[in-house]
Amino acid sequence: MYSQGLIGADGRTDETPEFLEAFQQRVDAEEKIEPTDAMPEGYRRTLVRQIGQHAHSEIVGMLPEGNWITRAPSLRRKAALLAKVQDEGGHGLYLYSAAETLGVSREQMTEELHSGKAKYSSIFNYPTLSWADIGTVGWLVDGAAIMNQIPLCRCSFGPYARAMIRVCKEESFHQRQGYEIIMTLAQGTEAQKEMAQDSLNRWWWPALMMFGPHDGDSEHSDQSMKWKIKRFTNDELRQKFIDATVPQAEYLGLKVPDPELKWNEEKGGYDHGEIDWDEFWRVVKGHGRMNRDRIKARKAAWDNGAWVREAATAHAEKRRTRRMAAE
Amino acid sequence: MVNTTPLWEVFIRPRNGLAHKHVGSLHAADEIMALQAARDVYTRRGEGNSVWVVPSAAITASDPDQAEENFEPTGDKIYRHPTFYEIPEEVGNM
Repeated sequence: MYSQGLIGADGRTDETPEFLEAFQQRVDAEEKIEPTDAMPEGYRRTLVRQIGQHAHSEIVGMLPEGNWITRAPSLRRKAALLAKVQDEGGHGLYLYSAAETLGVSREQMTEELHSGKAKYSSIFNYPTLSWADIGTVGWLVDGAAIMNQIPLCRCSFGPYARAMIRVCKEESFHQRQGYEIIMTLAQGTEAQKEMAQDSLNRWWWPALMMFGPHDGDSEHSDQSMKWKIKRFTNDELRQKFIDATVPQAEYLGLKVPDPELKWNEEKGGYDHGEIDWDEFWRVVKGHGRMNRDRIKARKAAWDNGAWVREAATAHAEKRRTRRMAAE
Repeated sequence: MVNTTPLWEVFIRPRNGLAHKHVGSLHAADEIMALQAARDVYTRRGEGNSVWVVPSAAITASDPDQAEENFEPTGDKIYRHPTFYEIPEEVGNM
């Protein structure tokens, strides 16, 4: 969201204790950090990693949903799904732009996604097997994403915060369109209701995993909280999500697939069963059902789009030469 | 062939009577494609009725290292503000 020519955080900054202290004071005073400001290299690196991952998630997230565009059950649903997938592409672009202000290039980020060096949200390594999954993805996956993203609108890094404000405005439509799909199925025939329940059964736990490991096992959490990149811990956000979502499932007459789920009056929230962290780590490490397909699809899109990028560049060059000749 | 396309800054005017405001940036091979992409990416929900795209490289920016000397001197020039001047109440609003 800033010109690349303006980048100042280039690692030249001498990180003396005074500098780090002054930086922390600015963050504590809720001052936004802008790309041209001096910043600790760790702050810059954390943001490049996080914003890059976030951007990749938006782009890879287009795949499971794009899978159903041609099979959407009505024109209304198809138009909405197309608009949603287009939004995700836009979100990826806002985020790549925000990361670029930190001195990393789009090409470098793309390369890191393709090589597996950069991660994206593991949720997209699960397949969308039925139309109900499109509803569940909107309701749960976008719902979880919103929980994560609303506090990011107040992130200490200006370009990230500004990108997130745009993203959050658009994301609310995604969740509502998803819930509407699931509601239609849940109020439909017995078979449709089963389809909705089956979808919730498969997506519930992966959606909870979207918030990341428990606070004690989250390696970047403490420093990110201190720098106000993060505002809430993984477990806090997960709890908020559960508390908000369980009543929505109840309204639909669907059952959340957690036998240990129970309202806890004292804490004013739900207690829930333990997440299967082995599965979480397995998918993060590349062994989910769709990891290989997703990266394959991204690489194919990149490779098959090469001629378009080359043609655009050649055309621009031709126009430039003609214009110069005419002048 | 290296496919690095230039970066463009995007400005949108929400409606007539307001200034164009910076909303973000994007990559595009030339100004025509930049405008098209800006329209697709930044105006999906009635955000405006006019778009500018400017090559990022064309922006000359003030040096962040000189922010203090550039902008702090105005801090103590309080006489530039209307509230610096005392006008008797009888005179009314001014």
